[in-house]
Amino acid sequence: MLWNAFLLALREIRRNVLRSFLTILGIVIGVAAVITMVTIGGGATAQVTQQIASLGTNLLIVRPGQHLGMGQRGAASPFRQEDVTAIAREIPAVAAVAPSASQSVTTIFGNANWSTSANGVDNRYFTVRNWTIEEGRMFSDGELRAGQAVCVLGATVRKELFGGQSPLGSKIRLGKMSCQVIGLLAAKGQSTMGRDQDDLILVPLRTFQRRIAGKQDISLIQISIRDGIDTNKAQKDIELLLRERRHISVGENDDFQVRDMKEIAQMLTGTTRILTSLLGAVAAVSLLVGGIGIMNIMLVSVTERTREIGIRLAIGALEREVLLQFLVEAVVLSSFGGVVGILLAIVSSLGLSALLNVPFILNPGIIILAFFFSAAVGVIFGFFPARKAAQLDPIEALRHE
Amino acid sequence: MNPAPLPPPLICLKGVTKVYGHGQAAMAALRGIDLEIGQGEFVAVMGPSGSGKSTCMNILGCLDTPTRGGYQFRGVAVEELSRNQRAMLRRHYLGFVFQGYNLLNRTSALENVELPLIYRGLPAAQRRAAARQALAAVGLSDREHHTPGELSGGQQQRVAIARAIVTEPAVLFADEPTGNLDTARSKEIMELLASLNREHGITIMIVTHEPDMAKYAKRTVCFVDGLVATDEPAGGES
Repeated sequence: MLWNAFLLALREIRRNVLRSFLTILGIVIGVAAVITMVTIGGGATAQVTQQIASLGTNLLIVRPGQHLGMGQRGAASPFRQEDVTAIAREIPAVAAVAPSASQSVTTIFGNANWSTSANGVDNRYFTVRNWTIEEGRMFSDGELRAGQAVCVLGATVRKELFGGQSPLGSKIRLGKMSCQVIGLLAAKGQSTMGRDQDDLILVPLRTFQRRIAGKQDISLIQISIRDGIDTNKAQKDIELLLRERRHISVGENDDFQVRDMKEIAQMLTGTTRILTSLLGAVAAVSLLVGGIGIMNIMLVSVTERTREIGIRLAIGALEREVLLQFLVEAVVLSSFGGVVGILLAIVSSLGLSALLNVPFILNPGIIILAFFFSAAVGVIFGFFPARKAAQLDPIEALRHE
Repeated sequence: MNPAPLPPPLICLKGVTKVYGHGQAAMAALRGIDLEIGQGEFVAVMGPSGSGKSTCMNILGCLDTPTRGGYQFRGVAVEELSRNQRAMLRRHYLGFVFQGYNLLNRTSALENVELPLIYRGLPAAQRRAAARQALAAVGLSDREHHTPGELSGGQQQRVAIARAIVTEPAVLFADEPTGNLDTARSKEIMELLASLNREHGITIMIVTHEPDMAKYAKRTVCFVDGLVATDEPAGGES
C-alpha cells in the first residue's frame, strides 16, 4: 500500500512538473540556507580554533594596565627586564618567558618605504608565538646581548620593500637606525580578526629599547607554560608575584592583566558558534515558509482532484488509504525538495568557503537532520490537506465539477 | 465466474426513507421504500427527475445511509456499518458505473481498470492480467494504453464498465450509464450489460429514464415522489 502510494505520488508529481518544482522551491531554499550557514559557520569556527592553536595554547599574555572592559586598559607603568627575570626564576611552571615591546616605525629600502610595527624581542619569542624562520637565522646571543642592528622581516614587509628579491644581508632603514636583515619569517596569513600577522619586523629587545624606543620599557610579556601543568595555577602565581613586585596592597585592583590564550580561544569560538546558530535560525524560518507553500499547493490539489477522490472512495478506498496517498505525496514532494536543497547547499558552501577563505567542513549530521526535517515538514503540512481529502463525502465528491 | 449460490434476497430494503435538510427546509427524497432484489436479476429503475431513484441507488450502493428504515445486503444490516466497513463492502461486492464515466484523467484505460484491484491489494502482475481480461470482455483490448481523453464517450463508458466488473462484484450499479451517449452507443452499452448479466450472472441495477434502455432489463421498478409506483417484469425483451 505504501509502495503504491509512493508510485502514485511520483506519477502525480511528474504530471505537474512545473508546479511541483515551484512547490518545493521554498523547501529547497530553506534547506540550502540552513546547511550553508551551518557549514560556513563550522568552517569559520574550525579556522579560529586552528589559528589560535598556531599561537600556541599554553600561552599566558601579561600586559600592564587595568582591564576596564572591551579593549580598554587604564594607563600603568610598563614592566622592566627585572620583572621578566623574576617570573622565569620564581615560577617553576614557566617554560619560557618572552618579553617584548613594540612601536610603529617607517622602514625604507631604496625607493620603497613601508610603515610597520617594530618589535623588540628575544629568541624565545619565536617559540612562544610559533614563528618559523623561512630563510636566514634567528638572533645570536651576542647580537641580543650587545643590542646590534640586525632584524628579521615578516613576509609582508619583505614583499613591500624587496618584491621578489632576497633581502638577506641587505641594510634597511628602521626609523633613524640602519639595520641588517638576517632572517625571514614564514608567512602566517591573516588573523581571525582580519589583521595581517606578517606585517612586522623583529629586532633584538635591547636594540629596540636603546635605538628605537629610547627607554627600558617592556610592554608585553608572553609566557609559555610547561605541558601538563594547570595554566590557571600558573596564572595565579604570576599575578601574586607581579602584585608583590609592583607594590599593590591587598584590596587594590591589579594594574596589569594576565590573560590565558585558552580563554580568548573559547570566547572567539563561542562568538562564531552563536553567530552560526543565529544565522541558522533565520534560515530555518524559510523552511517553515516552504512548508506553508506545500500545504497551500496540496490544498489546491485536493480541490482539483475532488472527483478523483470521489471515484477512489466509491470503489472502496478507505479513509486512511486516501489520507496516506496525499500524505505520501506531500512527503515525497518535501523530501525531494530536501534532497535538491542539500545538493544546492553543497555547491553553494563550496563556492562560499572558497570566496570567504574558510575551510569547507561538511557536517553529515546537519545534512541528515535537514533531510528528515524536510520530510517532517511534508508530514505536518500535508496532514491537513490529506485529511480534508479523506473526509470528503463520496457522493458530493463525484458530483464535483 | 459464477459466485456460489446464496440465500435470496441479495438486497432487501424495508421502509427506507431519506430526508435532506432539517426542520422547515427538510425535504424527503425517499418516503418509505420496500424493495427486494435477488441474485442474478437485471433491474431498471425508472422515474421522473426528483423521484428519488438516484438517492435510492446511492443507498443501495452503500455510498449513503437511509434516514430511517433497514437495508440488508446479503443479510447484513448496512445502516449499522461504519464508514470504513461500508467502504470494504463496496470494495469487495459492489461495482459502479456513472453517467459521467468518472475515469481518472491522463491515466490509461488499463490503469483505470486496475484501480479497484490496487485497493484489494492484488500483486501487480495479477492486477494487470485481470484488467486485460476485463477490457477484453468489453471489447477494448486494442485501447489499453489510451487515456480517457483519447477515447470516445462509448469507449470511456466501456472502460468504466470494465473497471466495475474487474473485481467480479456481486452487484453492478449503473446510474444513467447511457445518459451522455447517442442511441447507437447506448444500445451497445445496454447489450454489453445484458450479456454480462446473462453470461456472467452479475446482478445489475440501472437507473435510466429512457424506456428504450429499460427494456433490456428483466424487471422495471418505477419511482414517483419517493415511493415505488410500479414494479413489474419488463415486457418484450428478456
